[in-house]
Amino acid sequence: MSNNNKNYTLMDAKKAEEIVRSNVKKRRRKDIVLKSIGQFAIFVALSFLVFLFVSIFAKGIPGFFQHYVTLEVNLDQKRLDPKGDLSPDSLYSGDARKLVLEALYKEINPKGRKQKKAAKKILSSNAEIRVAQMVLENPSLLGKTIPITFALDDDIDSFLRGYIKRDTPESDRRINNTVIKFVDVLVEKKLVNYKFSDYILSGSASRSPEIAGVKGALIGSILTLFVCFILSFPIGVATAIYLEGFAAKNRITEIIEININNLAAVPSVVFGILGLAIFIGVFGMPRSIPLVGGMVLGIMTLPTIIISSRAAISAVPPSILDAAYGVGASKLQTMFHHVIPLAIPGMLTGTIIGMARALGETAPLLMIGMVAFIVDIPNSIQEPATVLPVQIFMWADFAERMFVNKTSSATIILLVFLILMNGVAIFLRNKLERRW
Amino acid sequence: MITFYLFLVLLLIPTIWFFYGNKTAQKIKLKNGKLHSLIHYYGLFVLLYSLLPSIFVYIIILVGDDILFSYLINDYIPEKIKNSSDYNKVIVMTQIQNILDGIYFGEQPDWVKLASEKIEHWSNLSLLVNYSLTISISIIGGFLGFRRINPDLRSRNSVETIIIYVLGFSSLLAILTTVGIVFSVIFESLRFFAIIPASEFLFGLTWNPQFEGAERAGSGQEGLASYGSVPLFVGTFLISFVALCIAVPIGLYSAIYLSEYASKKERSIFKPLLEILAGIPTVVYGFFAALTVAPMLRSGGTLIGLDVASESALAAGFVMGIMIIPFVSSLSDDVINAVPQSIRDAGYALGSTKNEVVLQVILPAALPGIIGSIILAVSRAIGETMIVVMAAGLAANLSFNPLDAVTTVTAQIVTILVGDQEFESAKTLSAFALALTLIVITLILNFYALHIVKKYREQYE
Amino acid sequence: MVIMNYNNNNMDIETKTIGNIFTENPKITSRNVNVFYHDKQAINNVSLDISSKEIISLIGPSGCGKSTFLRCFNRMNDTIDGCKVEGNIVLDDQDIYHPSVDVVPLRAKIGMVFQKPNPFPKSIYDNVAYGPKIHGLASTKDELDSIVELSLKNAGLWNEVKDRLQSPGTGLSGGQQQRLCIARAIAVSPEIILMDEPCSALDPIATAKIEELIHQLGKNYSIVIVTHSMQQAARVSQRTAYFHLGELIEVGLTKQIFTTPQDKQTEAYISGRIG
Repeated sequence: MSNNNKNYTLMDAKKAEEIVRSNVKKRRRKDIVLKSIGQFAIFVALSFLVFLFVSIFAKGIPGFFQHYVTLEVNLDQKRLDPKGDLSPDSLYSGDARKLVLEALYKEINPKGRKQKKAAKKILSSNAEIRVAQMVLENPSLLGKTIPITFALDDDIDSFLRGYIKRDTPESDRRINNTVIKFVDVLVEKKLVNYKFSDYILSGSASRSPEIAGVKGALIGSILTLFVCFILSFPIGVATAIYLEGFAAKNRITEIIEININNLAAVPSVVFGILGLAIFIGVFGMPRSIPLVGGMVLGIMTLPTIIISSRAAISAVPPSILDAAYGVGASKLQTMFHHVIPLAIPGMLTGTIIGMARALGETAPLLMIGMVAFIVDIPNSIQEPATVLPVQIFMWADFAERMFVNKTSSATIILLVFLILMNGVAIFLRNKLERRW
Repeated sequence: MITFYLFLVLLLIPTIWFFYGNKTAQKIKLKNGKLHSLIHYYGLFVLLYSLLPSIFVYIIILVGDDILFSYLINDYIPEKIKNSSDYNKVIVMTQIQNILDGIYFGEQPDWVKLASEKIEHWSNLSLLVNYSLTISISIIGGFLGFRRINPDLRSRNSVETIIIYVLGFSSLLAILTTVGIVFSVIFESLRFFAIIPASEFLFGLTWNPQFEGAERAGSGQEGLASYGSVPLFVGTFLISFVALCIAVPIGLYSAIYLSEYASKKERSIFKPLLEILAGIPTVVYGFFAALTVAPMLRSGGTLIGLDVASESALAAGFVMGIMIIPFVSSLSDDVINAVPQSIRDAGYALGSTKNEVVLQVILPAALPGIIGSIILAVSRAIGETMIVVMAAGLAANLSFNPLDAVTTVTAQIVTILVGDQEFESAKTLSAFALALTLIVITLILNFYALHIVKKYREQYE
Repeated sequence: MVIMNYNNNNMDIETKTIGNIFTENPKITSRNVNVFYHDKQAINNVSLDISSKEIISLIGPSGCGKSTFLRCFNRMNDTIDGCKVEGNIVLDDQDIYHPSVDVVPLRAKIGMVFQKPNPFPKSIYDNVAYGPKIHGLASTKDELDSIVELSLKNAGLWNEVKDRLQSPGTGLSGGQQQRLCIARAIAVSPEIILMDEPCSALDPIATAKIEELIHQLGKNYSIVIVTHSMQQAARVSQRTAYFHLGELIEVGLTKQIFTTPQDKQTEAYISGRIG
């Protein structure tokens, strides 16, 4: 330790202090620069978020509304109900279309075939079905002349919103001058009004944007999520319980654990391939049904549920286990009576987050055929259906201008569901989860 | 509906056995004065005996019968058809299935009608067998369990063992899934490589599966279909690269700010807000990219004299970059926070500014973990599908220019496999080969990233 | 050397502390220091002078506030959320808690060694060179090399590590790591070194080496050392201050504190009845 007995002279403290003071300003400036870059980065990221939401809401909110026209329709019994038995068959084969058009002609007085042809473009193709349905629900209306509100065709709707400009040359416009003249007449007579859409929430898929809605897709989503939950929650929780509580630390357990981590990393589109090749290819299940969709999403969600449930179980302090073992409870009794009740909030949180992800998932469902154009609203998990995100994907591809708004509206609906689910998860985490 | 009633019955029988078992155990206890386990364990014991075998048999028959039928029906397909060159079992089965579903047009060949009648007959039979078998197994199983009730039966231990086996069995499903994925992809890929040499797939510079139909019809256009996957991988990496250029600086600097400069309150607000970006469904991003970002970039490009394709790699990559910001920021934030406070203290005690502590002490220490988080983000970007399907298009250009339209592996998989496909064609099979490569790449990246992060964590434990 | 002198011309201070809190040529004077963590008071009205080139020990049972008081001198408490310091601490005629004071030169002037050795995850060389580099003390590589060498020599570590300066500092033994941390602290030429229980994580042999080193360093630096080992305080320091429940109970020459404590609590602690 000879070197310890001597002190080597380092730089003089006063001189060092001087040097430090001389460049401290420059260093402080650098510090502020880094801080500002950090703030800027967060600002940019959050602006993206705001930009995304604003661009979707700006288009989506108008999508919940549409233009209607109110017409006095004469519900002539003979023409509406040719068979006279008020059966759906008879009503749908009746001449509702003519009656509606007559009511329209009365307001705008088209002359000649050309003008009448133009006038026909004003109303949605759904108008006659609406009349037939009204009568079907309420036969006492027959024979009366009552005001009925009809959706305007999407092109007229676009025109009234200003998406189709009056000063565009007629040849470049989707609607011609005659139609515009008629629409002006209707507007002047105060027959046109703008109100919350009857169709966006209760209609199902359609090529006509004015009557397209998300009901079918929404029910499809709910059915698919139901299957997904039924499959993944019990299996995921059972796996977590087994791995945390009972699995011996051996090669097989290790393989299972590696597998679960790998599955969490596999791109979602691969699960679609699994569904296509195994469920549809090998087991011969039908395409497009929520059962298969739910199974695929369930397998995809499984790792999330297993991982979060394991975390919830292992967060229960060992002192509680010791207490249970101490009074002579078996391993299983300890698990089911003490650990699981305490871990349930954590498990549920993970499950809801996994479900929310499954709700927004699109790619694997495309592969198993849930992208089909399905008009009927599904009644069971074995009927062809589509889901909300896939509906968004399909609508995003349609050319009609009004589908942009509809797509954005559907996106808002999807986001609302996701926010609700995540809100519940956050609530559970904050209110029910115990911190040890 | 009948399935629903069957389920009710399958639940009802074990429940009845449960109560009966309990009651018997009660009686024995009253008579004998002692029982090995608590009474309800005897009920549960009988219940499990009744429930488990019947459910097992039900699932086996449900899944197995279709496979069996498809094998048996071979006898009803005429040799002539089986031997013809364009024989396809899947198409034949669809033909038969369509008759069962009542969807067919025009007159169908007699053998198809016969086969469909046979299948209908078999399905009814199998349904009947399934129902009667499961119900009787449920009753008999319960009875066998019931017979075993006696004062010395260690029913609690037995019930627990059975439950643990059931739990363990469900954990095997994770393995089954992986096996399912791997096999479904590998088998089809092998069939693909039997048609197209692996070297062409891996190193070919043109991807053009569109002329498959023409080739098969022998219209003299052989060789037009080509399966060189290089353009797809270049496209994938180009888009991922653009995404990283957005996500890494923003994510990393956000993480630095959040972990070192932000107050607790700021952190509790900004961190969840950033994480919303990862929770938005990818289809929404795709819609946003196609509807808002791509036209914006295009008109912005025109303004400065650049020709931006309407489905450019830039638009898709940009939006994907936004999506993966939270992956980089949250993981980096965790990693930076894992650097022990004592090291920070050492830095500050020497008179460092925050800048110096962050850049010269913490980042070098956290670097492995940060790289890990970036690799995870890359693997996420490579596997991302909807954004590229909706915004990047399908043009398989071999281009390194982000302003061009490119396509990606995932986008091609989706396009090829969406809609009806012939399972035998090279085009369909190529999707499986692509998927195989995709899985291999993401798993390697993931494995490597987790390895780095784990090693890094151990350093501080 | 410390001289007993009650005729200090400083401001009037009220203190319950027994013994002389003043020194002849104070390097640091602290007056009526109070520290709060949120609304909990950790230090209650402590006043104490520290003269240049003396070694002073702060002792007391755990939780008595001695570490908190130590961290006031280089404002390390600033990094803790919700920590508030009142009163004034003057270093070379400057109130270090004055709003205009920058902590960077302050901390360059006051080095600190922590309870657990905390070398940066860098090489031995980079650990020592870090301080001079950020403060710009060396303008050439040679100067930096010599600062590193001299610091390591002064910390008594040079002979052990001179052949592996590029290997990681975290690979050294605990005692070596702590000496590396001391070398790192003296590399920026401080005037005061604060030590927060520097030997509590070390074995007796490493502790002995560090104590010898502290003794050596005392010739050039003011050293304030927090310790819970009374023997250590007795071995290394000239003065000792006894803290209890956030208050400075008694201060005096080490010999006097350990042989004839004036206060009952101090006596109880010294004799092992509380602690």
